[in-house]
Formats: sequence, C-alpha cells, structure tokens
Amino acid sequence: MNDKSSEQTQDAPSSTMKMDVSAVLGDKTKTGGEALSSCIDIESLNLFYSKDKQALIDINLTIPKQRVTAFIGPSGCGKSSLLRCFNRMNDLVDDCVIEGLVSLDGRDIYQKSVDVADLRRRVGMVFQKPNPFPKSIYENVAYGLRIQGINSKRVLDEAVEESLSAAALWDEVKDRLNDSALGLSGGQQQRLVIARTIAVEPEVLLLDEPASALDPISTLKIEELINELKTDYTIVIVTHNMQQAARVSDFTAFMYMGNMVEFDSTNSIFTNPRQKQTEDYITGRYG
Amino acid sequence: MNSELTTWMRRGTPWIWLNAGAVAICMVMVVGLLMLLTVRGMSYFWPRDVLQANYAPPTSTGELLTTQVIGEFVESEMVVAAQIVSSGIPVDETQDLYERQLLKLGNRDLTGADFTWALSDFVKDVKYPAEVVAMERREWGNFYGFLQDIQESGESIAFAGDAADIEAKRWIDFNQRLQRALDIRDDIYVIENQEIGAINYAMEKLRLRERRLELDGEESKETSAEIAVLRAKLDTEFAVLQNDLVVLYQAVNRDAAIFLAANEQKIEIVFADIVRAYKPNQMGLFSKLLTYFSKLGEFMTAEPREANTEGGVFPAIFGTVMMVMLMSVFVTPFGVMAAVYLREYARQGFVTRVIRIAVNNLAGVPSIVYGVFGLGFFIYIIGAEIDQMFYPEVLPAPTFGTPGLLWASLTLALLTVPVVIVATEEGLARIPRSVREGSLALGATKFETLWRVVLPMASPAMMTGLILAVARAAGEVAPLMLVGVVKLAPTLPLDGNFPYLHLEQKFMHLGFHIYDVGFQSPNIEAARPLVFATALLLVIVIASLNLTAVALRNHLREKYKALDV
Repeated sequence: MNDKSSEQTQDAPSSTMKMDVSAVLGDKTKTGGEALSSCIDIESLNLFYSKDKQALIDINLTIPKQRVTAFIGPSGCGKSSLLRCFNRMNDLVDDCVIEGLVSLDGRDIYQKSVDVADLRRRVGMVFQKPNPFPKSIYENVAYGLRIQGINSKRVLDEAVEESLSAAALWDEVKDRLNDSALGLSGGQQQRLVIARTIAVEPEVLLLDEPASALDPISTLKIEELINELKTDYTIVIVTHNMQQAARVSDFTAFMYMGNMVEFDSTNSIFTNPRQKQTEDYITGRYG
Repeated sequence: MNSELTTWMRRGTPWIWLNAGAVAICMVMVVGLLMLLTVRGMSYFWPRDVLQANYAPPTSTGELLTTQVIGEFVESEMVVAAQIVSSGIPVDETQDLYERQLLKLGNRDLTGADFTWALSDFVKDVKYPAEVVAMERREWGNFYGFLQDIQESGESIAFAGDAADIEAKRWIDFNQRLQRALDIRDDIYVIENQEIGAINYAMEKLRLRERRLELDGEESKETSAEIAVLRAKLDTEFAVLQNDLVVLYQAVNRDAAIFLAANEQKIEIVFADIVRAYKPNQMGLFSKLLTYFSKLGEFMTAEPREANTEGGVFPAIFGTVMMVMLMSVFVTPFGVMAAVYLREYARQGFVTRVIRIAVNNLAGVPSIVYGVFGLGFFIYIIGAEIDQMFYPEVLPAPTFGTPGLLWASLTLALLTVPVVIVATEEGLARIPRSVREGSLALGATKFETLWRVVLPMASPAMMTGLILAVARAAGEVAPLMLVGVVKLAPTLPLDGNFPYLHLEQKFMHLGFHIYDVGFQSPNIEAARPLVFATALLLVIVIASLNLTAVALRNHLREKYKALDV
C-alpha cells in the first residue's frame, strides 16, 4: 500500500494539479453558479525546515475568495506548514527556507517591500489551542485595534461588541467584559480568539485545527460560526476531522507527505475522488 | 525478616526519613538563630532592677577592702579558682570553681569602666533600694545613684513635708525639669541640624557659584555684588539663629541635679546631659513595658551616640533601605534589557552561549572583587571624570570622585545583575509560544508583542530575580566598605536641601554597623547586646524588603497567570 501511494505521488505531476485547480474554479456548476475569483495563489511552493527536511513539495493551489477551503491529510503531511505560509508565520522558524510564489490578491507576499505586520492583519489566524492573552476579555478583543493605534473608547467599545457578536460570544460575556479571559471555558476562549481576530477586519481567516482541543458542543458552535463568517471572509481551515471538512467547507485539498494530492470541490472529493490515495484516506484505509 | 527489610528499603522509607531529617535540621537552625538574636538583642532594652551591694574580695595583704556597688546584674559564669588566683585575688584553691557575675555599674566618669566582674561569694548585703535612679546620658554612658538635690541656676530647690514626701516631690520636679530640658534639646537640634544646616548648604552653594564664575572667567562687578548681597543675607540669618542658640543653651543648662553615686561620691549632672531617667526598682510591669518600648523606639529612630555604642541605628536602617532601593532601580531595567536581548533578539549560537556562561560565572565572583572594581572604575575613573566636567569649582575636594551612595548602589547592581538576567531569561523562555504567535498573527510587530504581552507575562519572573538580588545585596558588606559605607555619616542622604537626594554622600549600613559596633568599639561589653539587636534588625529589614517584593510578585502572578497549555 505504501509503495503504491508513493508511486502515485510521484506520478502526479504539478502541471496536472494546476490544471485541476483552474478546472475547479472555472466550473460553475460545482459551486452553485456564481463565478469565483481567486484570493491566494500558490505557485511551485517548496518549504524546507532544514537542508534535508522538506515539508512542502512543489505546491500549486488557488484559494477561492469568500469560500471555505479545507486542508485534510494525515499528521505531518504539511497542512499547517502550508497554512502558515499564507501569513508568513514560518518566518519565526529559524532556518526555514521558502521557494516559490505566494500571492494575496495578486501581490507576492514574500517580497521584501511587504510589511509583515500589515500582512498578518489582513490574514488573521486562529490556532489549535485557544491562546487568549492574560488580559480582560475586552482587552483581548481590543488588542489588535490598539496595536493599530486606535484608542478611542467609543470606537473600541463598538468594535468589541461587534466582534464578540459575530463570534457568537457577546451574550455569554457581555456582563463580564473586564474579567480575565483566562476564566472562560475552552470553547469560549476559542470563540474569543476568533472575535479577536475578526476585530481587526482581516480579509482571510486561517483556522489551524480550531476545534481539535474542544468538546463536541463547542465544536458545533465553532462550525456554525464558520458557516456564518464565510459570507464575509475567505476561510482556510486545517482539520483532522473529515466529517468536519465535509460539513463546513466548499473546497477540500488532500495532502500527503508534503504533496498536494488532490484539490476539488468538497462534494467531488468525498463522493468521487480522482486519486486512489484520496479515496483510501477518506474511506479510512490509512492515515 | 530479610524480605521485610528489603520491602522497607524498596519503599524508600529510609530515604523519606533522611529528607525529613534534613528539613528538620534546617528548621532548627533557622529558628535557633532567630531565637538567639531575639533573646540576646531584645532583652537589652528591658529596664532591669538595680542592685546595691557591698563587695569585699580577699586581697593579697589580707586587709579587707569593702566597696559599694550599684548597678545591674548582667550575667554569671563559673571560673576555675586558679585563674582567679593568677589574676591577683587569693581565693581558696581547694574550691575548684567560683561563680562570678558581670555587673554593669555605669558611672564611667567616676570609675573609668562601665562593667565589673565580681565573685558571687564576696558580694554581700544585696539590696534593691526603691529610690535608686538609673539614667542614660549623652556622655559617659549610664549612671546609677540616688537623687539628692535639684538646683536651678545654682540655687537648691526646697520641698516641704516629711522625708518620703520630699523624695516624691523632688522626683516629680526632676521629671518636669527633664522634660523641659528635652524639649529645649529638640529645638536646639532643629536649629543646629536643619536650619543652620540649610544655611551652611546655601553658603557652600554660593561659594561654589563664585568659584565657578571665577573659573569660567565670567565674574564681574554685578555678579560679585549680587553674591555679596546674598551672603550678607545668609550671614544675618545665621547670626539670628546663633543668638537663638545661645539663649537656648543658657536655658537648657539652667538646671542641674546632685546625685549620690556608689561609695558616697557626689556628682552634679546637668539636665541637658540626661536622655532618660527612671527608678527601675519602683516600676511595675506596665511602666517597665512602657520604658522598654520607648527604648526600643529610640533604638529604631534615633541617631547613634558615643561612637555608635548607644542611641539608635536609624541612619543605618535608612542607608541600607535606600541603597537597596537604588540598587533595584539600577539593576532591574538593566538586567531585564540584557535578558530580553539575549533571549529574544540575539541569534542563538556560540557567542550567546559564551555570554551566558560569562554571566553565570559573574555571579560567582567574590563580592570584594566587585568592591575593588567599583572603587577603581566607578570612583577613580567615572567619578573623577564627572568631577572634572561638572564640579570643577569644588576641586580639589571630590564630589563624585569619592565613595558614596551612588557608587555603592551601582557596585551592588553589578554584583546582582546576573541573577536578574538569569531569572528573566527563564521567565521569557516559559512564555508559551502560542501567546506570542497569537499577538503576531494580529498584526503586532515583534516589539509590540514583547512590550504588550510577553514582558507583562514575564514580570513575575523579573520580580523573582529582583527578590534574589535584594536578598544578596542587602546582606553584602565587604564591597560597601570600599565604595561608600562609613562608620558615622553626619547627615542622611535624603534631606530638605535641593536636590533632596544626595547620591554623592557617604552613608551608614546595618551590616557594617554590626561589624563596627561589635569589633571596633572601645566599649565591647556595652555594645555586645547592640550587635545582636542590630543583627536582628538587619534580618527584619531584609525580610520585609523581600516580603514586599514577594507580595508584588504574587500580585503580578495573579494578574498574568500563565496559560495552562
């Protein structure tokens, strides 16, 4: 089985993949008739954590605007590494080398002239474990705005309420905005982190396994939230949970050992995968 | 049996006992140390009963010489007879051991020594007369004796009534006059130390200004005239105060008391010389407690007298606290900045590793070496340079080119900076990566993340570093002797004269005070209890400085409780 999969990996040339992507985007019937524009374009992306440790191999992909795109695949396949390329979080890793092109709205984000802080404001990210700051709920949400130099109480109050409402947390915390965020439950903390992220009005939301540390009810809430947010944001979600990917995403990319094996509309991937590897993974035969 | 022993061993029971034993020994030592300091130090302030006795030790000529002793019993011990014989008292050598007692007789002006050893067997007719007065004086130490007469401007004051009546009335009058003298003393103190001090300070400022103008070649008729006017004004003020002082001194020296000391010696004592007087044998428990706390209060708040062997240690407490605080002000930002650079910005590699090793080793350098460095670098190089540049008018007298508070604080800051660096680095390393990423992902720069999230979260660790630094610095004496501590500082480094905090001044320190009182004092017996009391005080001062920092740290910890992820 393993031999076969690695063969297939090598058999899938990048040019084919790219064609697949454009085919998907061009095919209106699969996504409900409306024309899709691209948000993030990735061309021949290679990522090395060290000289002989390549995490991403020649990735080509187009993330459509205002849709939910899910990355699935076994642990260590490079989903998170790819996600972290979109807001240059990999810059924090020493000795990490990135080759290729990643562009947001047509602009290469790895150019020297790009302001990384501004990029990260435009491309928000929510992590696997809730990571609220040890500050009050209010200050957590206001943090990003304060960073931008907004200190007017009126503006902040408004933004905090709006973001918390958008993250479906307002009703639960409106009476204790000045309490420490660390007193919230895990699910609430994760929604707070989402509220904090959307408070700075990003264009793209990157969710790195946002529900993997949460209980089923909190998970459900997060998924509902993703459904509501996708009208305003381009969402990219990394998940281990295939049901989750099937439930929340419009497009799904399957990755294996640093390769992009298949990218298609979620429907196609789960009902009619073109690659044998994808089918094996989805049906639970390995991974 | 054997298997039982094996199970016992395997369960680790002996190991647990060993650990518990080690803890117990530590506890016993700490508690014992504190108990010793407390008992020996705090008993010093208790107003003990004064005994009167006749002492007639055998003499080599066989003649019986009886002397009267009046004083406090301090302690007793057993001595070998041979030792007593060899010291010139022919006691019966068939009796192996003799008990001897240490008596505090005071009256140094009459007898030349405060203390005497007396063999208990020859102390006879021990009485505790109710009328005996114990006094603390500004000079010549304690006095024990009987009040005979009070004189105002040389005239005796007469009291009516029978003998007991007269005695009581005289004691009341004595206390009133003593209170009056003490009040006048306070006024004199204010004028001498504060008002005249301020005028002298202003005069010195004026002189320096004149000299400065002279050096800069900017002196002119106008400036000299202006200075002359100011000086004349100060001179007038000074003359007024001088007049006040003369009046006050006359007033304070008006009254005198005639006392009868041991062996019928008459002595006249001016009220101005008395600090405190009481009749210990008449006092009940409550009034003794009052006197006890009054003496304790004096110890904590007054300045030292008589070459530090009497009076208080306030300047030393003040100097210690002041220096530790200044040291904290210097060491915290410096250590934190160094740690932030090392941990957050510097590229981790060979060089940072070498720097870390160097920093850790710096903590092991003997403190006296830091003292030498402080003297050689801070005082002789930087201080001298500052004098050349900013205080040329004071030269050749040095301002910063001499040991002082600033240099002592800086030297100690240098001594403790490794501790702060190490603790802060550990704190920074403990901040979860996820929190930093969360901040960066919101569009914060690295600096903003550090400033708004990481440093606040690491602040408890910084406080831990500061606590360790304070604990080390407050107890350090050796380097301070080279860079600023003195036996007796005439003024506090903080006063009412602009700029209020005088960093260039020398100061007193409890640790050095202990050494000075205990080992450099001319009157060891009198000073010994003070050594214990001062040591206890030093422990208390360090403990309270530490507790303040610990409380602050706990508050910060609560506020920035680290994530449990």
